[in-house]
Amino acid sequence: MTVAWTRKDLLGLRDMSREEIELILDTAASFKEISTRSIKKVPTLRGRTVVNFFFEPSTRTRASFEIAEKRLSADTLNFSSSGSSMEKGETLLDTAKNIEALKVDLIVMRHSASGAPHRLAQHIRPGIINAGDGTNEHPTQALLDMLTLMENKGRIEGLHVVFVGDILHSRVARSNIWGLTKLGARVTVCGPKTLLPVEVEKLGVRMCTDVDEVIADADAITLLRIQLERQQEPFFPSLREYTKTFGINRDRLKRAKPDLLIMHPGPINRGVELSDDVANGPFSVILDQVTNGIAVRMAVLYLLSGAIAKERNEDVDPIASDPGR
Amino acid sequence: MSILLHQIRAVDPKNRLDDTVDVFIEKGRIVSIGKDLRVQATEKIEGDGRVLLPGLIDLHTHFREPGFEYKETIATGSRSALRGGFVACVSMPNTNPPCDNQSVVAAVLRRAEDARFNVFPCGTISKGRQGKEISEMAELKEAGCVAVSDDGDFVQNSLLMRHAMEYASMFDLLVISHAIDGDLARGGVMNEGRMSTVLGLKGSPNAAEEIAVLRDISLAKLTRARLHVAHISTEGAVKLIRQAKGEGVPVTCEVTPHHFSLTDETLTGYDTNYKMNPPLRTGSDIREILAGLKDGTIDVIATDHAPHAAEEKEHEFSDAPFGVIGLETAFGAAMTELYHRGVLSLQQIVWKLALKPAELIGLQDFNEIKEGGRANLTVVAPDEEWEVRSADFASRSKNSCFIGRRLRGKVHYTICKGEPHSFSREGVPA
Repeated sequence: MTVAWTRKDLLGLRDMSREEIELILDTAASFKEISTRSIKKVPTLRGRTVVNFFFEPSTRTRASFEIAEKRLSADTLNFSSSGSSMEKGETLLDTAKNIEALKVDLIVMRHSASGAPHRLAQHIRPGIINAGDGTNEHPTQALLDMLTLMENKGRIEGLHVVFVGDILHSRVARSNIWGLTKLGARVTVCGPKTLLPVEVEKLGVRMCTDVDEVIADADAITLLRIQLERQQEPFFPSLREYTKTFGINRDRLKRAKPDLLIMHPGPINRGVELSDDVANGPFSVILDQVTNGIAVRMAVLYLLSGAIAKERNEDVDPIASDPGR
Repeated sequence: MSILLHQIRAVDPKNRLDDTVDVFIEKGRIVSIGKDLRVQATEKIEGDGRVLLPGLIDLHTHFREPGFEYKETIATGSRSALRGGFVACVSMPNTNPPCDNQSVVAAVLRRAEDARFNVFPCGTISKGRQGKEISEMAELKEAGCVAVSDDGDFVQNSLLMRHAMEYASMFDLLVISHAIDGDLARGGVMNEGRMSTVLGLKGSPNAAEEIAVLRDISLAKLTRARLHVAHISTEGAVKLIRQAKGEGVPVTCEVTPHHFSLTDETLTGYDTNYKMNPPLRTGSDIREILAGLKDGTIDVIATDHAPHAAEEKEHEFSDAPFGVIGLETAFGAAMTELYHRGVLSLQQIVWKLALKPAELIGLQDFNEIKEGGRANLTVVAPDEEWEVRSADFASRSKNSCFIGRRLRGKVHYTICKGEPHSFSREGVPA
C-alpha cells in the first residue's frame, strides 16, 4: 500500500483522493475473509469504544456497522434518537460534546441533516464516520458498491455505471458519483427530470431521462428507492406511472449486456423501481452488496482507529492491527 | 456638548462638498463649516487622514425588540449600529408582537430614545404579518412609521399587495418588498445550483426572487406606489429593476454587503453563518449586482442585520435560522469590495449608504454636511485594514459571515444626535 491513512474522520468521498478510496477498497478486500471463518472475530479494535449515533431510523446500516465493530472486538454503544436537535432543544454540538465526554474513540453517525457530521468533526475529538447525512453523502454505501463492482468486474476504471430513480434526494448516488468518477468510471444518472439535481452534469456525470436508452450500454445499474409517501412536493404523478416509465423489469433488460449487474442499496420496493424477477434474477448482486458492507465498514473502522492511535502517539499493537489475524 | 472636527476631508456629494475643512458642532447641529474656524470645543477630532461623511443610514435592521431580546435589543443594536458608522436605522417589523400597531411603534421609539439613537420604524404591510388584511397604515404613519413591509415573508396574495400598495401610497409610505416567492423557495436553505447539488442541500432558485420582483414591479406600475425591493441578490432581479426604472416605474432597491461580497462557494463547511435569505448566490449574480451598483440600478446598500443567538446557529444547517448580522461590517465590506476594487467612488458609496436612504424615508437635513444641518455624521479611515473578529462585535449576537476576513475601511467616529462615539484605535469604544 503506497498511501498512508491519516484522516480521523470519514465524512464523504467528495474530498477524498483516488488513492485513499483504493486503500479502503484494498483493506476491505482483505477483511472479507474474517466473516467466512467459524470464529468471526479479530482483536483489532480491542479497547476501542465506538458509538453508533443514529438520529434517523436505520436498520441495515446500523446492523452492518454493529457487526463490523463486533467482529473487530470494539466496545459498542447504540445511541438513537429521532428528530433534529432543534426539537429536543439541545444543539447538535451539545449532544456531541456529551458523547465526547463519554471518552469514546469513534462515532458512527447517521443524521437527517446534510452536513451534520461535518459540523461535528470540526468541534470534537473522536473520529466520525458518516453513515448517511441528509441528502448529502453515504460514503460507506458507495464504498461497498465499489467493492462489489470491483469483485464482479475486476476493475472500476472504464465501467459505465447507471443510477436510476430519485437522484435528487439520494446520498447514495451522490457518494457514488464522487467515488466512481475519481476511480475513472463513467456515470449516468437517470430519472424523472423533477428528481435530477440541477447542474448535476457539472459533477462529471451524464444526465438522462430515458431509461431504455442507457440500459444497453450499462455495466451496472443501481436502482434507488422511490418513496412517494415521503415526497413533500409533486415530483411525479403516481407510482404506477413511475414504474411504467422507469421501473426495471425483465422485458426492459432484454437489451442489456449479458454481464450487467443490478444493484440496490435497499430496502427494495419490489414492483416499483424493479420487478420481482429482476431482484431475484441472475443480474442481481444486491445481497453481495450487503455482505460487502461489513468488510468495507471493518476497513474504515480499522483505518480510522489507526489514524487516531497515531495522532495520540499510541503504540500500535502489531498483531491487533494486522487485518489478516 | 460641542465638537470641532479639525482639518478633515469632508465628502458630501449632495452638497457638492469634497474639501478639507473645519466643522463645528454644537447642541446637535452643525453650526459652522470653514477653512479655519477659531472655536473652542469640548471635543476635538483631528482629520489625520480620516474622512467625514454624511451619517450612514441602514434601511434594513432587525433589532428583534420586542420579543426576541435574547438576540438583540434596541439598546445593543444601537451600539452595534454606531460602531458600524450608522446614525439611524429603519427597524423591521417582524418582532413579537409584530410592529403592526401604534403601541409597538411607540415602544420602539421609546427604546430608541433611551439608547440616544435614531430609529425609524417600519410597520407591517398586513396585520400580524399574516398576509390576509392590510394593517392600519394611517395609524402606523401617525405613530412614526416611515415604511411598511412584511419582511421575512413575501406577500403571497397579489390582490392584497395591490390594495396595500394603493393604500400605502396615500400616506407616502415606502413599501418594502421581501421579494421571494414562498412556494418556489419553500424548504430551500441555500442557492439552487451546482453548489446545492454538491452539498446535498435544498436550493432556492433565482426564479423565486425574480418572479416576486416582477410581480411587485407590475403592481408598482399599476398603483404608482413607491416600491422598494429589499435585499436583491440575483442577476435577473437587477435586470428587471433596471428595465422598470427605464420605463419610469417608481421602484428602488437595495443590496446587502454579503450579497456583493460572497458566493455560495463559502458553504462547503456547512457553516450556518453563511445561511441567509435570500441566499448567497454565484459569481454571475455578483457581476450583475456590481454593474447595477455602478449604473444606479441599485440605489442603496442595506445590511439586513439579522441577529441570532449562538445556540440557534449551532443547529444543523437545514434547521438553523436564516440571517447574519451586518451593521458593523457594512462600511468595511463596501469599501473593500466596491471602493478599493474601483467599482464605486467614495461619493457613490456615500449616496448608497447615507444620502439615498435618507431621501427614501423622507428625511431632510438629517445627515448632510451643511451648516444648520443635524449632526448625524460618520468619520472613517478609508484605507485602514482590520480583521473581523467575533469578540469585537457590539451586537448581542455574533452571527457574521465576515468573521476572519480582512476588511479595508474602518469607522473611527460616529456622531449621532450631536454626540461623538469613538471607535478609533486611540479611542476606547463608547
